[in-house]
Amino acid sequence: MKYLPLLFSLLLALPTAPAEQVNVYSGRKEALIKPLFDAFTQETGIRVNLVTGKADALIKRLELEGERSPADLLVTVDAGRLYRAQALGLLQPVSSAQLERTVPEVYRDPQGYWYGLSIRARVIVYAKEQVNPAQLSTYEALADPVWSGQLCVRSSANIYNQSLVAAMLVHHGQDATEQWLRGLVANFARAPKGGDRDQIKAVAAGQCRLALVNTYYLAGMLSSAIAAEVNAARQVALFWPNQMDRGAHVNISGAGVTRSAQHKDSAVRLLEYLVSVPAQEWYGKTNHEFPIRAGVAGGEILQSWCEFKADDLNLTVLGEKNQAAVRAMDRAGWK
Amino acid sequence: MSEAKPPLQRGGLTHISPWTAATALAGATLLLPVFVITASVFLPSGDIWRHLYDTVLAEYLRNSLLLALGVGCLSLPLGVLPAWLVTLYRFPGSRQLEWALLLPLAMPAYIIAYTYTGMLDVAGPLQSWLRAAFAWHYGDYWFPEVRSLPGAILMLALVLYPYIYLLARAAFLEQSACVVEVARTLGVRPAQAFFKVVLPLARPAISAGLALVLMETLADYGTVQYFGVATFTTGVFKTWFGLGSSIAAAQLSALLMLFVLCLLVLEQRARRLSRYHHTSARNTRLEPVTLRRHVALAAFCLCAAPVLFGFIIPAGQLLLWVIQTWHSSLDSSFLALVWNSMELAFITALLALLLALAVCYTRRRHAGLVTNAASRLLGMGYAVPGTVIAVGVLIPFTWLDRHLLAWYDALFGAGAGLLLSGTIFILVFAYLVRFLALSLNAVEAGLAKVKPSMDEAGRSLGVSGFSLLRRVHIPILRGSLLTGLLLVFVDVLKELPATLILRPFNFNTLAVRAYELANEERLAEAALPALAIVLAGIIPVIILSRAISRSRAAYA
Repeated sequence: MKYLPLLFSLLLALPTAPAEQVNVYSGRKEALIKPLFDAFTQETGIRVNLVTGKADALIKRLELEGERSPADLLVTVDAGRLYRAQALGLLQPVSSAQLERTVPEVYRDPQGYWYGLSIRARVIVYAKEQVNPAQLSTYEALADPVWSGQLCVRSSANIYNQSLVAAMLVHHGQDATEQWLRGLVANFARAPKGGDRDQIKAVAAGQCRLALVNTYYLAGMLSSAIAAEVNAARQVALFWPNQMDRGAHVNISGAGVTRSAQHKDSAVRLLEYLVSVPAQEWYGKTNHEFPIRAGVAGGEILQSWCEFKADDLNLTVLGEKNQAAVRAMDRAGWK
Repeated sequence: MSEAKPPLQRGGLTHISPWTAATALAGATLLLPVFVITASVFLPSGDIWRHLYDTVLAEYLRNSLLLALGVGCLSLPLGVLPAWLVTLYRFPGSRQLEWALLLPLAMPAYIIAYTYTGMLDVAGPLQSWLRAAFAWHYGDYWFPEVRSLPGAILMLALVLYPYIYLLARAAFLEQSACVVEVARTLGVRPAQAFFKVVLPLARPAISAGLALVLMETLADYGTVQYFGVATFTTGVFKTWFGLGSSIAAAQLSALLMLFVLCLLVLEQRARRLSRYHHTSARNTRLEPVTLRRHVALAAFCLCAAPVLFGFIIPAGQLLLWVIQTWHSSLDSSFLALVWNSMELAFITALLALLLALAVCYTRRRHAGLVTNAASRLLGMGYAVPGTVIAVGVLIPFTWLDRHLLAWYDALFGAGAGLLLSGTIFILVFAYLVRFLALSLNAVEAGLAKVKPSMDEAGRSLGVSGFSLLRRVHIPILRGSLLTGLLLVFVDVLKELPATLILRPFNFNTLAVRAYELANEERLAEAALPALAIVLAGIIPVIILSRAISRSRAAYA
């Protein structure tokens, strides 16, 4: 009952629009985005209010809150979730010359429902001492029986794996993908568990020789303050798959303005800020993700990795194929 | 108007006091989310069930059952034996162990899972050392896999056994010495007396504790997900997030609730015919027997083991991590986190206790199918993952919000935002739905010990209603009430999924901070908030444990 007075005061305060602000629902963790919001507030005076959580849960909250939802901007760490929010009618298209100029076409929705903010690549890491990189080539080749019992990867409940399989579905169709999945699962060194850093550590410890991980986890370990993390990361090396054909599988972290947005202009300004040079440098240096803006250099670790070719599949299809991907993984026995 | 009025019947069905009506209303509101989730059963979910049935459902079922069975079988001896030993015997350290045995309660299950994985996993310090010291490679030696179904069973049992310990100990304390003495005079040896008299008498309390353990196990997501064990709960989230069907996910949860409900009803039926209060008015304090030498040592080891593995080792690991990282994770917002967590936990614990009292008394006064079923259902939230509860809470509240706003718009003109969604109110409400089982069970277990004849005696002395509660019941129930308060407090401190989805803007708790870092596999940095949860939980654990011991002395 302590909050009853608070409720009433809220009720009275409602009609007056408060000072400039923007409300964000973020599937991205606080530590990985709040510093940018703070910088934005300092620069523009617009306050950023933040709720972080699991993207799907936040999308559900947005859906249930409907027209009156306080959220102005939905931030996620994959395109599939943005697609889902858009399909549910929770986003609205926005156009901004700056966003359209900065964000390459494949990394944004054609109508402007959402924009990519940073690029994340899913790659192969291998045990330096046991694997000759000449043996590696493509995601497809990971299903080859020569790798039997040597691959570590996390669970099929993980969105990065789901997106990778969704991309495979687009490129190869249902039957070939399912066949590939069966081969891949047969090569697993252990039942999938843990996160991407875990897979890297398992490679370093010798439980497997190969792992599928996102690049920024490796970079995060290399720059960690904890010696064990750095040591493990140094025992593995990164391999960019499919460089001779379509390129490595990439996804984005991105954001879209909600349909219920009451601070649409501020939300667009925030989006524009997130693709500005200083923000993009921050993504590269602190989060170790690839900047979406051309010409912005990442930190030392990112620069130490050579230029790579990325799959230029439009990311919307990752969302469209997500469910089919999960079903295919279930059928193949990918836990 | 006086001629039409029927004569007043105290306690009869024709007389429904305002308190009863208020309780019914509160109960009905709290039941809404459970009904919303159950109602999903009637919604179409396409061919998802076909797909689940063909591929993963059998595994979900098998793992969930094995997990529940394993945790149940392990946490029973872990809870009951120490409770019996520290209550009926004295040995070195027994007084300290009495409260120390509760400490694992403060340890969130996913945190203990992270710490043991950090220590014992293939890439952890122990196995790395083994490989370096003996020049072994992975596969050259055998080492138990922490992240497995048995591992998950062990982790969950280590942090959940205190529910059984707490309730069993309260029950043992309340048992009269006479019963044990009678058993002894009948030629029953102490060990036999334990199995033949003490244990059966404590059965309502123990099975209440076991029910809590099983429900918490079935609702656990963090541990099983991290360990890669596909259970019903991970299935709920994969169905929702991966297959994009929140309906099928809710249906899976409804199935889980149904299963738990069946278990509870079966247990209640099995003990329906027996009653568990003493009939004698003489309630002598049990004099603990002092143990010597080997027996004392064995008792000490038995009681210290759960504390060591469930608390000291994981907390020690957290402390080591904190020493490495505190300078970067201790910032100005940290105090706010502590405050937010404590505040939520305290408000919820208090409200839950009041509600549980109201519900249990209503049930006592108006015993019947409806009140019985309602109070059972009110506890069902405990078997449902927090995220699902959150959605079950959001559905009715956002609906209410929209209608309130339509009315508000008509009065003041459009432009208002949501009133309930995204407030602390809705968050506390969700906690109540999720954790009411804890206080209900505690109060119920306590009330089972209050003889109906005590009420009658009280009434015959002119004490009734609230003063009966205050003067007769509360002194007897004090231990149970404190138990209920403590359990909810600690569980809210640890609660994560519902907090994540329902909290207001810019509002973080310790659990949220710990989770966000741990989920990024930055375990060392997650250690500070995790340790803070543990510390915040310890203080009330110790205070209440002492109060529970004292409450026994108070009416002995």
